[in-house]
Amino acid sequence: MAYVRPVSKTCWYLKDRNYTIHMLNELTSVFVGLYALLLLWGIGAVASGPEAYQYFLKCLASPGMLVLLWVTTIVIFYHAIAWFKVTPKAMPIQKGEEFVPGGVIAGAHYVVWILFSLVVLFLAGVF
Amino acid sequence: MSEVQLELEILRYDPEKDQEPHFKTYQVACREEWMILDAVNHVKDEVDTTLSYRWSCHMAVCGSCGMMIDGQPKLACKAAVKDYADKKVRIEPLANFPIERDLVVVQDDFMEKLKRVKPYIIRKEEKPIEEGEYKQSPADLKRFKQFTLCINCLCCYAACPEYALTPEFVGPAALALAHRYNADSRDQGLAERHKEISKPEGVWDCSFTDTCSIACPKHVDPASALQQLKITTTVQWYKELIGMGDK
Repeated sequence: MAYVRPVSKTCWYLKDRNYTIHMLNELTSVFVGLYALLLLWGIGAVASGPEAYQYFLKCLASPGMLVLLWVTTIVIFYHAIAWFKVTPKAMPIQKGEEFVPGGVIAGAHYVVWILFSLVVLFLAGVF
Repeated sequence: MSEVQLELEILRYDPEKDQEPHFKTYQVACREEWMILDAVNHVKDEVDTTLSYRWSCHMAVCGSCGMMIDGQPKLACKAAVKDYADKKVRIEPLANFPIERDLVVVQDDFMEKLKRVKPYIIRKEEKPIEEGEYKQSPADLKRFKQFTLCINCLCCYAACPEYALTPEFVGPAALALAHRYNADSRDQGLAERHKEISKPEGVWDCSFTDTCSIACPKHVDPASALQQLKITTTVQWYKELIGMGDK
């Protein structure tokens, strides 16, 4: 009878460096999710009135929250870079017989990211 | 002519005698230009004739000699002995497949999945031969050509953690071939393949680890094919929702 080798359901991602890197990329999604929840809380606070919004701002300024925000910022940068790097695989663009170089496709994502960030900063009154 | 000393640890399994596989060690004096396949052939020819494994062309075309070499899925005919010089090298059957005997794996699961994705040109209606061939431009060909280079060696399945955890997953090579035909300008079978591809165990089980593409000895990019399939599948789903899907 053929022999089926057992597969670890809990530690498989430690078996290979590429698996571990992949799981790190996936783990960053948790922080993206946390930041989305934070934004929802902020929107809810704005809708609830000045008092709720002031309380939200106060919470944001607490040391624990500042640490979480800095960690989230760094992790979200890593998340974006990791996924932008593979965009040429997901959406190759063919022009005639040739494919557009992967660097151009990934680069376009960075340009759009920067433009959107500038618009958000402008709307937030930073400049 | 210089020699390279290798200590091969080969996983052995005899279904008639063994409860589970075990490693057996062989000392092999290899010629410098040998591939790992030559070292395994040397064991079979000179040391232990009971060793079972698949091989055929010795030139990375037939896709028979895929095996785990030091934990990585590789074609044994493409893995140079000098890269493992004076080391202990572990040779195991391709991961994620049942072991038939020694380094031979059972491939039935892949064969069945390959059939399911209909890896051939489907026409709604064939035109008469007298109307001539279906023409294709070089640009049309370029769109899918790299995916035609797959030799079904199954290294991508051995590298895929999703296939290891969810054996129902159709997997990289079969899905890359589905994309190859979907992207062929002569094909009209997208809707038929969509039924298989869009199932949960179809393309959506892929979490894009990219390890299939890293492992591919022919430099095909199955991970890219699968991500493109996700887009095609999503578009087809929306089209079907509004009654405009490809039939």
